[in-house]
Amino acid sequence: MAKYLISRIAQAALVLWAAFTVAFILLQVLPGDAVMIKFESPDLGLSASQIAEIRSAYAVDQPLIVQYGKALGNTLTGQLGYSIQQGVTVGELLRTNLPPTLRLASLGFVLAVTLAVGIAFLANLTPFGWLRAGLQAVPALFVSVPVFWLGIVLIQVISFRLRWVSVIAPGEIEGLILPTITLAVPISAPLAQVLLRSIDAVQTQNFVSVARAKGASAAHVLWAHVARNAILPVLTIAGVLLGELLAGAVVTETVFGLNGLGSMTRDAVSSQDVSVLQALVVLSAAVFVVVNLAVDLLYPVLDPRLRRRFEVGP
Amino acid sequence: MSASAVPLRRFRLAVQPALVLAWAVILIALLWAIFPGAFTDYSGTVGAAGQQLRAPNALHWLGTDQIGRDGFARIIYGARHSLTGAFLAVGVGLLAGVWLGLLAGSVGGWVDDAIMRFMDVMLSIPSLLLSLSIIILLGFGELDAAVAVGVASVARFARLMRSEVVRVRRAEYVEAAFGSGGTFGAVLWRHVLPNSLTAVVSLAALQFGTAILAIATLGFLGYGAPPPTPEWGLLIAEGRDYVATAWWLTAFPGLAVVLVVLAANRISHAFGQVAP
Repeated sequence: MAKYLISRIAQAALVLWAAFTVAFILLQVLPGDAVMIKFESPDLGLSASQIAEIRSAYAVDQPLIVQYGKALGNTLTGQLGYSIQQGVTVGELLRTNLPPTLRLASLGFVLAVTLAVGIAFLANLTPFGWLRAGLQAVPALFVSVPVFWLGIVLIQVISFRLRWVSVIAPGEIEGLILPTITLAVPISAPLAQVLLRSIDAVQTQNFVSVARAKGASAAHVLWAHVARNAILPVLTIAGVLLGELLAGAVVTETVFGLNGLGSMTRDAVSSQDVSVLQALVVLSAAVFVVVNLAVDLLYPVLDPRLRRRFEVGP
Repeated sequence: MSASAVPLRRFRLAVQPALVLAWAVILIALLWAIFPGAFTDYSGTVGAAGQQLRAPNALHWLGTDQIGRDGFARIIYGARHSLTGAFLAVGVGLLAGVWLGLLAGSVGGWVDDAIMRFMDVMLSIPSLLLSLSIIILLGFGELDAAVAVGVASVARFARLMRSEVVRVRRAEYVEAAFGSGGTFGAVLWRHVLPNSLTAVVSLAALQFGTAILAIATLGFLGYGAPPPTPEWGLLIAEGRDYVATAWWLTAFPGLAVVLVVLAANRISHAFGQVAP
């Protein structure tokens, strides 16, 4: 078990290092020089020596391998570099932008899980075939809807037609309602799809028939016996979904004019602020890797059958 | 399963009404993209004076925008941009992914490890963020956005292709082909590649829908085609300024995206059922 743990953590660290390197090559080596892009423009009227001074201040005049080593060392010690457009450290940008996105993303995630569980359970429990077919089609519809369009339609219908919530200078909670729904709907779709499929698979297992034969109601079997086992496949897509939350935040924050990691990402791309984007790529890869590692380690805890693998193994 | 059962099963799939509808949607979108002039008399980019911001009516079925351009015409002309982009994106992902997956699955050993670990890294970055990083590299533009979406999907194709190749390689007919003196390259080309592709085609159809969504998203964020291109994502972005007064500017292009993506997903599902 300890051996397995160490090899999994080493693997995760390797993927993170590779993600950092890929981002470095994509963002800082191939496109040329972010400092030049910003300061080269003749409108600024900077002389060649002034540009050289700025370049040495940002340390972009050194050989690439030195820059790479420094960037890697700095990232490992938590220094994520300077935002060339905003003139502050990336760490500081993250500190101001992480909390609002974290709040929006966790609300969105909770709503997405609720929606997915609701759809899957209702589809399984309903006695009406038409309702079941309808509910099973909902996830396919949800994945096909562009997130930004959903946000705009929600503003149009809920806010301008029905006037239920205001989008112009809303209260703190009021302002989060529509963004949360916008973020949750596309995340809930793959969740519901996996959940529906895995509930179907678990329903055919022997212990379900035994529970039914003992006289348990359909709802009780679903809740007490099936749900726990059906959760396992859902966990495998958790890492991907957390990444999708960040992607969803980019669009949602743009549509609703909110501050956060999403609007920070958008600004960084528009102004070619590569060190910000580099930090975001590494951060999201880290989230993905850590979540997947946690899921892998959680699996044997949740499924006793998998524990045997470690007990029997060498 | 006996040999005669296979065509029967395909026949049953072919008459599913939802699937027929899905193909019809894709066909119409393709016809729009190829012959936009046959479906509308209005221009996709030039507006008519005095016809600004009209609600849907008999003259302009889907209304007009702030400079009097016909909404229906914009969607029809936009099909070319969205579909070309999606084809390009899927093409990039499919070509690169299939070759990488074939290489990894057939050569094996450290080549397999190196390629698949690299694909793991690409999968660890959310696809939108990966596309955005590639867009910084390529610059903003219609084709650049499509290529960025395509590159971001390479890892998915490569992973599926590899697992299919590994599965097919173990099949008896591949062993037989090797045993009867087939060279590595010939067996790969004649037996492994064609038999690995069915699942990949299903993913390609799914990815076609995903690409349309991703390209529309990049267009909406302003990194895709520049105005006045009637690209669907950009149409929605431009209509957003009139969200309180002119709902038709955002509603209809969005519906076009939803219908095409739904259709692509349905077709992908059907391919998935045919696959073993």
